[in-house]
Amino acid sequence: MSTGTAPGTGNRQTTSVASGEDSGAWQTLRRGFALSPALRQGIRGTLALAVVSTVGGAVVPVVVQQTIDDGLAGPGAVDQLAVGRLLLAAAVVVVLTSWAAYAMKVRLFVASENGLSDLRVKAFRHVHDLPVLTQNTERRGALVSRVTSDIDQVSLFLQYAGVFFVVSIGQVVVATVVMAVYSWELTLVVWVCFLPLVLALRAVTGRMTAAYGRVRRSVGDMLSVIAEPVVGASVVKAHAIEARTQARVDRAIDANYRRQVEAQRLVAMTFASAGLAGGLASAAVVVVGVWLGVGGQLSIGTVIAFAFLVSLLVGPVQMATQVLTEAQNAVASWRRVIALLETPADVSDPGLSGTALPDRPLDVVFDDVGFAYPDGPLVLHHVDVAIAVGRRVAVVGETGSGKTTFAKLLTRLMDPARGVVRVGGVDLREVPFSSLRRRVVMVPQEGFLFDATLGDNLRYGRPGASDDELVAALFGLGLGEWFTGLPDGLGTEVGQRGEQLSAGERQLVALMRAALADPDLLVLDEATSAVDPRTEMLLAVALDGLLRGRTSVTVAHRMSTAEAADEVLVFDDGRLVERGPHAALVAQDGVYARLHASWVAQSRLGQGEPAAAAQ
Amino acid sequence: MSARPGTTRRGFGVIAHGARAQWRLFTVAVLGSLVYGALTVADAWVLGWATDAVITPAFETDAIDAADLVAVSALFLAVAIGRALGIIGRRLVGGVVYFRLMAQHRRAVTRQYLRLPMRWHQAHPTGQLLSNANADVEAAWAVMMPLPMAVGVLVMLLVAVIAMLTADLVLTVVGLVIFPLLFAINVAYQRVLSPRVTLAQQLRAEVSDVAHESFDAAMVVKALGRESEETARFETQAHRLREANIAAGRVRSVFDPVLEALPVAGVLLVVLVGVQRVVSGAADTGDVVQVAFLFTVISFPVRALGWVLGELPRTVVGWDRVRAVLDAEGSTPYGDARLAGRGPVRLELRDVGFGYVPDRPVLRGIDLEVDSGRTIALVGRTGAGKSTLCSLLVRLVDPDHGTVLVDGVDARTLEHAVLADTVALVPQHTFLFDDTVRGNVCLGADLLDEEVWAALRTAQADRFVARLPRQLDAPLGERGVTLSGGQRQRLALARAVVHRPRLLVLDDATSAVDPEVEAAVLAGLRRASASGGPTTLVVAYRKATIALADEVLFLEGGRIVDRGPHDELVVRSTAYRDIVDAYDQARGPVEHDEVPA
Repeated sequence: MSTGTAPGTGNRQTTSVASGEDSGAWQTLRRGFALSPALRQGIRGTLALAVVSTVGGAVVPVVVQQTIDDGLAGPGAVDQLAVGRLLLAAAVVVVLTSWAAYAMKVRLFVASENGLSDLRVKAFRHVHDLPVLTQNTERRGALVSRVTSDIDQVSLFLQYAGVFFVVSIGQVVVATVVMAVYSWELTLVVWVCFLPLVLALRAVTGRMTAAYGRVRRSVGDMLSVIAEPVVGASVVKAHAIEARTQARVDRAIDANYRRQVEAQRLVAMTFASAGLAGGLASAAVVVVGVWLGVGGQLSIGTVIAFAFLVSLLVGPVQMATQVLTEAQNAVASWRRVIALLETPADVSDPGLSGTALPDRPLDVVFDDVGFAYPDGPLVLHHVDVAIAVGRRVAVVGETGSGKTTFAKLLTRLMDPARGVVRVGGVDLREVPFSSLRRRVVMVPQEGFLFDATLGDNLRYGRPGASDDELVAALFGLGLGEWFTGLPDGLGTEVGQRGEQLSAGERQLVALMRAALADPDLLVLDEATSAVDPRTEMLLAVALDGLLRGRTSVTVAHRMSTAEAADEVLVFDDGRLVERGPHAALVAQDGVYARLHASWVAQSRLGQGEPAAAAQ
Repeated sequence: MSARPGTTRRGFGVIAHGARAQWRLFTVAVLGSLVYGALTVADAWVLGWATDAVITPAFETDAIDAADLVAVSALFLAVAIGRALGIIGRRLVGGVVYFRLMAQHRRAVTRQYLRLPMRWHQAHPTGQLLSNANADVEAAWAVMMPLPMAVGVLVMLLVAVIAMLTADLVLTVVGLVIFPLLFAINVAYQRVLSPRVTLAQQLRAEVSDVAHESFDAAMVVKALGRESEETARFETQAHRLREANIAAGRVRSVFDPVLEALPVAGVLLVVLVGVQRVVSGAADTGDVVQVAFLFTVISFPVRALGWVLGELPRTVVGWDRVRAVLDAEGSTPYGDARLAGRGPVRLELRDVGFGYVPDRPVLRGIDLEVDSGRTIALVGRTGAGKSTLCSLLVRLVDPDHGTVLVDGVDARTLEHAVLADTVALVPQHTFLFDDTVRGNVCLGADLLDEEVWAALRTAQADRFVARLPRQLDAPLGERGVTLSGGQRQRLALARAVVHRPRLLVLDDATSAVDPEVEAAVLAGLRRASASGGPTTLVVAYRKATIALADEVLFLEGGRIVDRGPHDELVVRSTAYRDIVDAYDQARGPVEHDEVPA
């Protein structure tokens, strides 16, 4: 989406990643190859080598036929020299085709791994470029699987089933051509035996795909239920529901077992049928062959060569349904990755063509700003507000009032549907991300920590910062005492998602990160979760240090924040309804006064039921 | 892979265990595979026999013996049908053996999870336990899939050698050179490939971990503009995976063509030697054809032996992990005592001490008496022992010494169901089941809709549940992903109050709900206790919560350092005042005076 046009009027897919189920298989393959140019590198050579490698399969039947007809069964003495020459030629062909198979596979592995690795990285980057809204509405696991198992599925297909597919087709073609050269009548007989299977292929493949789909879903269900006695161990024990839980787990395990057996039954039947067709073809070849041979149209060698050639058909037919099933899965996976890449990143970086934020303290202007989700009504209406340099502003309002939307527009996590947001006099849509994210920083409610050391996590705010800089910043925020109490200082491991730290300490780290980033405009979304009292104190101290000397906008959930602000912006039902300092607003009989009263009532129980408990 | 000696031996031990556990079906699968193997060889024999007995005479005499032709086709068909049955036995029944073993061990492992005490759970990471029940079970038994086929192949080879011997001794020698070579190359293949595949698998998990973490952090990444750094971090992992995949691919690229070419080379050798034998009159054409055909049909199945041997290290590792769970000792023994009477219980702790690890007590000398119907607030810093004290009351852990008495009865002597019905704990972290609202609140108990709604109302969850499309029967998804943290907590509260517990323990159970909602929840509980509600123990931070309590217990370092009504403690204890005020200053309204009392 270009920066000049009104966002929100464009693509419909902005709130979710499309499943991409509406595009055809060929279209998907074409798009897929176009997205990963490395896949096409040397593809002609690889295909040529694949064709060469399939010729090897015909060597044995031809040699057997030649030897029998020209040597063993021929009239007079066996021409041993001719047999020798024949075998030598065959050996050369075998060596050549084996080499071709080797070269083809290496090229394929390298090309497909390069192409798909690039695709993986591209898709990963795109997830981070997606709108916040899309990131939040998609299930994490679904996004992760697009850059992991979906791409693995494609790579497995290209390297195994895909190769098998190409080689099998080659083998079937070569076998059929060789058969047709020997005798078109016998070729017909063989094909009539295999025809029912080929015709049933589509139906069986459909059933197989459905069966494997059910297996996959049952595995998902089973894993989810098995998590109950593990993740929910304390609940299960405290409520004495072991028997119920075991019954649920057993049910899920049994369902998974039954699905597996169902799918396996189809596989076994397909294999058995292909084997049966092979046996039928062999018998028919001998009977018809002898009948034709006696008529003088065929040699013994040819009939026997046919028996060998039939075995070349059995393998591909046995595997065909499985290969086609895998092909369908791979195409579906590829489609999902492509759909992800085609989901527009609604907020785009103007890059070098943009205007960097001016090198002075930043002010904020909202000029008749409105916001709507794609295809939705406006959720923010006509916001006109100017925030002067160095002001400390609190934004309040009930959930859904538009206060968080305001903050997101200010940091360009979203673009307005109408109007302009100017920071330092520049339309935010024209500011390169490199400039924007350095000067304007948002501290989200949940300060996510990476499974690394405290130092690594702090450095997220300022890459390349030295340990001394980090420690200086810590003390600067008044967190020296907390820091010296840590077992390993900056080397303290915070654990997965920072779980080694308390919720409050995680918030501290998020504040420190923002301080290290040293922005000119700071946008804070206050956390609501309760934390340890001592940490609460630390947070208050750190926050004060962080806000000092900066223009700041805080989405406030605590009354103390609103009270301490220079100015309060009050949102109600998507509109900016009141603004001014706390004292002035409290004196009015308006929305803020009502919110304030409700906050206060909360501290004292027994003042009656609080009004309209918001979700 | 198996640089460690004994892996192969131990692997066969696991196989033997699995075969014994499912011996009936396993026998059927092996028989199926034997039939298949024998008939595959028989196919070659039929072709050889047909060449000599039917085809050649017919061509030489230019006459068809109809009976012979019928016999040949009948033979081919019989072999084909027998082989199809063999395939079904081998593939289907073999698969069933594998699936059954997995299901059986998943049941066993999860039974252990339900039996083993909390202490054991706390000592094992969640991810590991989930993988024990899933990936490790699969790894342990994956070998059972190609196993019947491998056993069949062994027999097939034996029959093939016999078939060759009946055809021609010299040609058999050629076979005896090629087959062992084929086998050896297969084993070498698996041994070289296996560690590379394992490495790739591990890297795949790491790529997934990085993606998971990074997407979880999406907001922070965006807010700080770190997309490029994150992409670089992911790219490093993705490239390592790519190199590992290519390394494994190169091994396959070398071995696969060799394994395909070898039987072809064998056939050429057979023809070369065979022609000499036919010329010298030692063998006839049929023998040569038969042996050549054998090479063609056997070359692929022989790989099954390689698969089995290559699978063994994974089998052993998987089985060891599964065994570790199955062999774990310990349980929570329950007694058979019941409680007389109804209504709120009296709680008593006598000199209770507890530590998760020896010599590091978390609770020390806790003496406590709570009269029935009273509400007690537990206040203290993080790590003071509040949560541990709560978990003692529902016996998630038992004290190292001292006793917990419920209405004068030692909690350890109570029947499990009695304890669960009497005491309800709402923990800090909510766990929801992949079930409906009703399922999550009732936990299998058969309750009236009115009772469920009443509990939801007390927990302030009735309004959002009423807005769900199917209300009480709305499915919540895996661990309640569709709900916010506060909504989940409120459902956990409803779950605790729906059974009308006689002792309610709230371990910071309202941390994720808005203050207004929390106030309403607490008011609801208070109303309930006024009308004969439960004895209540509540871990509290907010003054509003503390105000609910008749008495406050102030914990420091695992001891009760002070107790009494809030008003007295505030005056008496500086430490207590610091904690309670620190919290209120930072969070809530400061000036109480502002509000008319």
